[in-house]
Amino acid sequence: MATLTIRDALNQALREELIRDENVFIMGEEVAEYDGAYKVTRGLWKEFGDKRVVDAPITELGFAGLGVGAAMAGLRPVIEFMTWNFSILAADQIINHAAKMLYMSGGEFNIPIVFRGPNGSAFQVSSQHSQALEALYANFPGLKVVMPSNAADAKGLLKSAIRDDNPVIFMEQERMYGMKGEVPEDDDFTIPLGVADVKREGTDCTIVARSMTVPMALDAAEKIREQFDVSVEVVDPRTIKPLDIDTIANSVRKTNRLVIVEESHAFASVGAEISHQIMETAFDHLDAPVKRISTAETPMPYAKNLEAAALPSVDKIIAAVKEVCYL
Amino acid sequence: MECSGILFIFADLQGLREDDILPKAATSRKPEKRANLTSAKGNGKASKGTATSAAFRDVEEAIKEYEDRKASQLRAIKTTDKKVLREMLYQMVLGRHFEEKCAEVYRMGKIGGFCHLYIGQEAIGVGSMTALEPSDMVITSYRDHVQAMVKGLSPESVMAELYGKEGGCVKGKGGSMHMFSKEHEFFGGHGIVGGQIGVATGMAYAAKYKNTGQVVLCFFGEAAVNQGIFHESLNMAELWGLPCIYICENNRYGMGTSQERAMSASSIARKAGSYEMANEFVDGMDVMAVRAATLRAIERARNESRPTLLEIRAYRYMGHSMSDPGNYRTREEIQKYQERDPIVLFKDSLKEAKVLSDKDFEQIEREAIEATDRALKFADESPFPDESELLTDVYA
Amino acid sequence: MAEKFLMPKLSPTMEEGQISRWVKNEGDAFEANETLAEVDTDKATMEMTALSGGTLLKILKGAGDTAALGEAIAIIGQKGEDISALLAEASPAAPAAKKAEEAPAPKAAVQAPVAAVAPTAPPAVSAPTNGRLLVSPIAARMAAENGLDLKSVAGSGPNGRIIKRDIETALAGASPSARTATPAFTPSTVVGASAYREEPTSQMRRVIASRLAESIGPVPTFYLTREVEMDNVLSLRKAINASQPESEKVSVNDIIVKAVAMALRKHPFVNASYQDRTIRFYEQADIGVAVAIDEGLITPVVRGADLKGFVEIGAEIRSLAARARDKKLQPEEYTGATFSISNLGMFGIKEFTAIINPPEAGIIAVGAATPTPVVRDGQIVIRSIMNITMSCDHRVIDGATGAKFLDTLARMLEQPALMFA
Repeated sequence: MATLTIRDALNQALREELIRDENVFIMGEEVAEYDGAYKVTRGLWKEFGDKRVVDAPITELGFAGLGVGAAMAGLRPVIEFMTWNFSILAADQIINHAAKMLYMSGGEFNIPIVFRGPNGSAFQVSSQHSQALEALYANFPGLKVVMPSNAADAKGLLKSAIRDDNPVIFMEQERMYGMKGEVPEDDDFTIPLGVADVKREGTDCTIVARSMTVPMALDAAEKIREQFDVSVEVVDPRTIKPLDIDTIANSVRKTNRLVIVEESHAFASVGAEISHQIMETAFDHLDAPVKRISTAETPMPYAKNLEAAALPSVDKIIAAVKEVCYL
Repeated sequence: MECSGILFIFADLQGLREDDILPKAATSRKPEKRANLTSAKGNGKASKGTATSAAFRDVEEAIKEYEDRKASQLRAIKTTDKKVLREMLYQMVLGRHFEEKCAEVYRMGKIGGFCHLYIGQEAIGVGSMTALEPSDMVITSYRDHVQAMVKGLSPESVMAELYGKEGGCVKGKGGSMHMFSKEHEFFGGHGIVGGQIGVATGMAYAAKYKNTGQVVLCFFGEAAVNQGIFHESLNMAELWGLPCIYICENNRYGMGTSQERAMSASSIARKAGSYEMANEFVDGMDVMAVRAATLRAIERARNESRPTLLEIRAYRYMGHSMSDPGNYRTREEIQKYQERDPIVLFKDSLKEAKVLSDKDFEQIEREAIEATDRALKFADESPFPDESELLTDVYA
Repeated sequence: MAEKFLMPKLSPTMEEGQISRWVKNEGDAFEANETLAEVDTDKATMEMTALSGGTLLKILKGAGDTAALGEAIAIIGQKGEDISALLAEASPAAPAAKKAEEAPAPKAAVQAPVAAVAPTAPPAVSAPTNGRLLVSPIAARMAAENGLDLKSVAGSGPNGRIIKRDIETALAGASPSARTATPAFTPSTVVGASAYREEPTSQMRRVIASRLAESIGPVPTFYLTREVEMDNVLSLRKAINASQPESEKVSVNDIIVKAVAMALRKHPFVNASYQDRTIRFYEQADIGVAVAIDEGLITPVVRGADLKGFVEIGAEIRSLAARARDKKLQPEEYTGATFSISNLGMFGIKEFTAIINPPEAGIIAVGAATPTPVVRDGQIVIRSIMNITMSCDHRVIDGATGAKFLDTLARMLEQPALMFA
């Protein structure tokens, strides 16, 4: 095991996959000479050169489309969006082309591509740079959506995403790039897509969290144990699509209570989907209505206090757990 | 409005390198005087009149150019393999018959959804694609039936796809707009205007990356040129030297809106100049001219790894799709273009060059009719896809 | 800033209040929650407290004055403030009602985004559920798997929702007050008052109710009388009081209250209330004990008398009666009984009928216990005989139901040990 930041874990995954497969290349804004806007691709251009690590013009739709075509013709592009907010410019290529190519070609052309970058809020970057877009992409059949919450998952899941034969939406979190964690040193360490992880075991209440809200949920779980002697289980789906509802449902069958914490807005969110699937699969095990903590129904404000008020927090999670546990 | 000409000259001087100076046709096209604002947004009659007079000028200009070109065209026919020429004519005739049958069975309700026909534009698909190697890649828009067949897909598999049958080239999952075949390097018909331009750029990127020697032919209509993806793609293709040939089939109408009413500049070929990309304007009613221009572009792509933009004059005889009322253009305008029907022109030249005779033409007609009939029979008899197919091919 | 202090709503039915006396005088400072004045409402004298600290600047309504709900009765603020404008304003009395209920809390800083996600506290009082049983899915499943009748489980979740832990408690039979034998109850809106459950009225009951009501009036009442031998109660009382100080002695009435409460638990139809579409069954026995006061009659309530001991009941009745006479009872102390007792034995009354206090279904009229010759085992002996007469609301209680209840009550009084059987 090595202790790595999520940033370095992602960097390792990219480097190892560039070495492993000649067909893998990285393209995006500032990924090469600049070393990556958030330094995830640091050093890769120097090591692999212009062919494998490519600085694209600021032309999201263009290089997303280029990636789709390259994948169609046999390459495995890793397309970096400086943030997922900019992917909206490229949505036509992701949603209308990448997601649908295999199906509308009757299985002839699959698109082995990874679109990756930071998703969700950062540090006071306001409305256009703080969106969590997982629900948008998870809505489309043909796309996979992955959201790691620690260094090991980040590395293992990114390697799997690159090796996957489908378009994968890989969402990181800027606030988490510096978080450290233990990462296996095996070059072939991967984590399968579509498998949730129980980040903390508990018996009284399940929290489903992803990305940035996982460390929050773990913190809340510990505080709830100290203050109320209530045992909270934290489940991280890791892959939003395909969703490992079984692991979540099994947890709910044990704890009978569910709190979902997410950085996206609540309306038609992934949390809403999980809540619905739990209603379908574990209705008879619920002891309280499913509770969601989401970002406030407003574009992200700039002011520090407003931003904090809009986002999920440890206190909000604790309050939600108390509510479903009837404390 | 007067300054537009100056702008073009400026673009020419700034934009083109010396080796971009292309055959006469590329630069011979004069900017049209554009409609003034009142007619552009005013009553429909004025705009139809503007479009029609532009169309008439276009045809007159084409006739004159064609006369100038005739001698060299006959020379080209004489130096081209007869088998290739016969195949070109056969594909054009097949395309014509096939599409006419499509219109017929569409009206009978056998084809659902959209159905965009290629009638009148056959010389472009045939002239360009018969210049390719089989391993070269092709991608196009939703007007894709004929391109698919020229690239090697059987008429049976295309018609069955139109019928939404199991025997269709993509098992009934794509329909009219989405013909694909990996075996024939046919990367599909795509339904979002301009979307395939980005994909084509990536296909060319892969060809260069893997050094396969393939070139990419990407078809799109003139209306797609107004999409951002056209400009983003051309920029990258020239920037990175990708072996991609962008073929703009300028059939004058984006659905029902004439180019005059939708585009500030009349020359699409010249837009390539903005990206310092080689470009050429070609008469799409002359299959040999299309072939010749494509061969030049292929040469550039394969040997120099450089892209080309071809603007090809086209005209679709039919509506945009089967549900097009056609009230944006006059019958006279359509007839004017039909005077220069690409199949008629090609037959005349083949006859003049004494390569093929009326007897050959009759034989080719018969073959095309038979092939179309076989396709219709196959499509009729092919079963609908099994419902278990609904959820397959979502993920690899 | 100075503001008007308005007549607050101090009882559920209050429309106006009379200032009994001002505890603070003009110029006095006060803290939040400190009593400013005492106000006579329709039923009791209530303490009127301050919502926040300040100074009593001007009294507008003196002792003895009456003010409508929401009418200004004083001006409060900081010492030395100019209140001339407020005085001018206050003189024409046209106050908006309810204003006093709105606590003048300082406006919180922008909190909408937080509020959007902040958990809403479960409401303190139950929302109407139309008699539906609220059960969490897993609670429903556990009850079904264990053959547990959900109506016998009390819900501890919001609005009385039966949740997992309620089923676990019921299955474990743990709590002594486990309502395993009694159905699920909805908490009452009156603090401390009995929770209840409601069951749909049967068609037969509805017909009985409407016929009888037509015949006799809104509450069709009938009466049942029974003699009770009180000797054992008297000796029980003697035994208890032997160790009680003078001021805490238990009365016969206290024992009757307990006995009635215990009998009610065995006869749910008597501890009930006719509610037209439903019959309301009470979870505990809250016994109203009629107390005569100078201006009339008030019936303070011994909450959960079935759960209390004789001494506790005695102490509570003494305290309630004393405060009733002083008009200091709070509204929740004299409303919402489930059954009542009226005892005129101390006045030498041998037997009488009492009037039901709706929506209760019955009342027991207790006469004096007098030594009476009776035949026991073929011998004439002297026993303390007391007559009890029960007034029954026939819409809920039928003759036999009332008779059985009265029999249980009589036997409990004759053999007090049965109260605990």
